[in-house]
Amino acid sequence: MLSKRIIPCLDVKDGRTVKGVNFVDLRDAGDPVELAWQYSQQGADELVFLDIAATHEKRKTTLDMVKAVARQVNIPFTIGGGISELKDAEALLNAGADKISINSAAVRRPELINELANAFGVQFVVLAVDTKHLPQGDFVHLNGGRIPTEIQTQHWIKEAESRGAGEILLTSMDKDGTKSGFDNILLKEINDMVTIPVIASGGAGNEQDFIDVFQKSDVDAALAASVFHYGEILIPELKALLKQNNIAVRI
Amino acid sequence: MIGIVNYGAGNIFSLTSALERLNIQYGMINQESDFDLYEKIIIPGVGHAGAAMQKLTESGLVPAIKALKKPVLGICVGMQLITSYSEEGDSNLLDIIPVKTLRFKEEISHKVPHMGWNQIYPENDSPIFSKIAPGTYFYFVHSYFIEFNPKFTAATCNYGIKFSAGIQKDNFYAVQFHPEKSGEAGEQLLKNFANL
Repeated sequence: MLSKRIIPCLDVKDGRTVKGVNFVDLRDAGDPVELAWQYSQQGADELVFLDIAATHEKRKTTLDMVKAVARQVNIPFTIGGGISELKDAEALLNAGADKISINSAAVRRPELINELANAFGVQFVVLAVDTKHLPQGDFVHLNGGRIPTEIQTQHWIKEAESRGAGEILLTSMDKDGTKSGFDNILLKEINDMVTIPVIASGGAGNEQDFIDVFQKSDVDAALAASVFHYGEILIPELKALLKQNNIAVRI
Repeated sequence: MIGIVNYGAGNIFSLTSALERLNIQYGMINQESDFDLYEKIIIPGVGHAGAAMQKLTESGLVPAIKALKKPVLGICVGMQLITSYSEEGDSNLLDIIPVKTLRFKEEISHKVPHMGWNQIYPENDSPIFSKIAPGTYFYFVHSYFIEFNPKFTAATCNYGIKFSAGIQKDNFYAVQFHPEKSGEAGEQLLKNFANL
């Protein structure tokens, strides 16, 4: 049976991880390669790296990091941040990235999704969507939730799927950072609407939140950052608990 | 030493990295005479099966591949190339193992691509699945699958339909999942192939 995936997310800047990480036996908490290796050993199913300061000048640093991760780590990983052209994506593919994630560049120019899917296959293209609930409905936001758009989240995700997005990474800006659980209602609505995998993001605070998101929304994967980095949730324990709750996980 | 058929279908950095981590020596096969340099051959591949077959044909390596008596491992689209036919682009392939590559979408109600970790069940005592227990998870990314065949299936997987996660005929082996991305289980499979 296809397992549900647990995905730690690492924020990187200039080739270094930025959010605090609290593993006991870590020599260098800022080294994304060592962190990625640790997570793969703990049973993470996949990794996402978000390059939060990606610019053309810094691109080479990112590529060096991607290559180093691909050399060391035996699970798939996605790179997001600053990808707006085919050549950005191609360089990441050649450096060993399994997928790339695009967000605001796709909102600004939706054809980017078609171009990437045609060039590299739909499985390579993850569409990241930051969404916020407003009185009129759910709307796509840019720049980490700071800039609202008039694009309805559900509408955008359907369009992206038809353009060739292979996976949706949906972050609820209402939930992100609150540790109050994933937005299971919206995630279920989106998951039922598309025929591509959906990754839940935003709101993970404890192990029950992961049980809930899989049981209530049936998404394919759940992503979190700080709860893993600070050791508040240990992946082997989380997976054992998910299994006890009859959720298919790779152990 | 393993030779990797270098015909331009997809990035092989992850594969070569995995071989390096396992201290398995490898080199690239760019022309027919290169086959003599290696004891075993890997055919990688991602993307469109029809396009990959066209690239392989243009490389001029097809007759040499079909004549190989050394162990050969096809991975992902490299596996599909070894079959007779793919519904992807209505393409005739190498026809080394007489099974077909079919599209998931018409067969199942599950999400496509089949992406993520799924369990495999070895069949027919294929040596590349040695020391790999039934139910072991491997990492898959694909929209087309190889039909189950009682004779040639080396491992099965279920995704709405039972299909071949691995096939074997004589010296030709192939797997649909990505061993280079499948954690320790994938490394075991690559070691099994290297040790054949």
